[in-house]
Amino acid sequence: MAPFSTDDRKSPAPSRRELELSKVIREALEPAIMSEYFPRSTIDIFIEVLQADAGTRCAGITAAALALADAGIPMRELVAGCAAGKVDGKVVLDLSDVEDKQGEADLPVALMPKSNVVCLLQMDGSLTEDEFKQALDMATDACRRIYEMQRDALRQKYHVVKDEAEKEEEAEVKA
Amino acid sequence: MSATHQLSPVARLEQKTVVDLIGKGKRVDDRGTLDYRPTTIMLGVVEKANGSAQVYLGKTKVLAGVKIQPGTPFPDTPDEGILTVNAEFVPLASPTFEAGPPDENSIELARVVDRGIRESKAIDLKKLCIEPGKKVFMIFVDVYVLDHDGNLIDAAAMAALGALVNAKMHEFRVEKGEPVYLEEMMPVPMQNYPVSITTAKVDSVTVLDPCLEEEQVMSCRLTVTTGKDDNICAMQKGGLGFLTPDEIKQIVSTSISKAKDLRAKILSNVK
Repeated sequence: MAPFSTDDRKSPAPSRRELELSKVIREALEPAIMSEYFPRSTIDIFIEVLQADAGTRCAGITAAALALADAGIPMRELVAGCAAGKVDGKVVLDLSDVEDKQGEADLPVALMPKSNVVCLLQMDGSLTEDEFKQALDMATDACRRIYEMQRDALRQKYHVVKDEAEKEEEAEVKA
Repeated sequence: MSATHQLSPVARLEQKTVVDLIGKGKRVDDRGTLDYRPTTIMLGVVEKANGSAQVYLGKTKVLAGVKIQPGTPFPDTPDEGILTVNAEFVPLASPTFEAGPPDENSIELARVVDRGIRESKAIDLKKLCIEPGKKVFMIFVDVYVLDHDGNLIDAAAMAALGALVNAKMHEFRVEKGEPVYLEEMMPVPMQNYPVSITTAKVDSVTVLDPCLEEEQVMSCRLTVTTGKDDNICAMQKGGLGFLTPDEIKQIVSTSISKAKDLRAKILSNVK
């Protein structure tokens, strides 16, 4: 996390919180990666939070999954993250910084949408069992929507590549 | 540091036996899938600490100690005491533990225990204020893992709760912003009793309170911490596997009912 990403300056050295987040994020992404194709090798993922407005771990996972796909690393599927929580007695989706601090609960979730399995789940605050179920359903639905956006982003990239290749081809034909 | 934990050769040999047994609804130590191991809690085992508790969860052994001393409050909570949880994995507890600064596993353990106590508002931190913005009491909970036979989170959470319930501090009155200690002792102001229940997923079966052999073959675990009002106050998924939303909901409702039993047991032990 960048020192200027939070309200009070944060030391650039990794805190205990960041070490824990690194662990849960790694455990959320690793099941999606076909690591059997990379014996005796390491894949490093670096996530830099430039501005923290709550939901950093979910945004980080969403971005990291895309970056892995962009790097051409074989994956079983993408991973999308989104948090739900409780603010003013209401179960809500994707808390902002103020909502996270003033709210009653925060439930970050990461989902592998095709197989409908949860690969990151944390919670703090206070939720009844029913509220929890509602929040979990909301978060998984949101992850599916984010997944669509991730897929579009990847497709868009190859559209651009394809268009450029076609243009070059045309130019060559003309010459 | 980030490399995923590799199974020891022995664990790899045992793997099939453990998985096969669980597939048949049995377990290596003859428990049912929803049975907790025998639990013993001993309080006040370290006299120099304000409070302490030693927990046996099967062969897992965890000691927690509480120390209380004055310190400066955080700027965003000037009228609240401070809670700090730290965990030490001592090398004699397991061949995989090494001396040195805390690794991510011990940090995760400490933070999950901390979250349970903090989010359930187990301690009334406002009562630990000496002078707002200047001086408050800081409660240090140090958890020592003495023997690792699986499910350290639950054992550590139990030990931390036991040590807090057991803790005594001098009554005090405030004079010119400084605490003046009185002869009488008082307990730490508790208002909730969070209990963690960890479930492991092995193959497609979920088992409560995994022992070490089961932890070595599990695909993932889910810890659910609940307070006395049955509200969920903290959760943590760990491990490389995944859970379906239905499995999660199932685990949450079993954990809530199991936590109720365990809390009654812990509190009866205390009184």
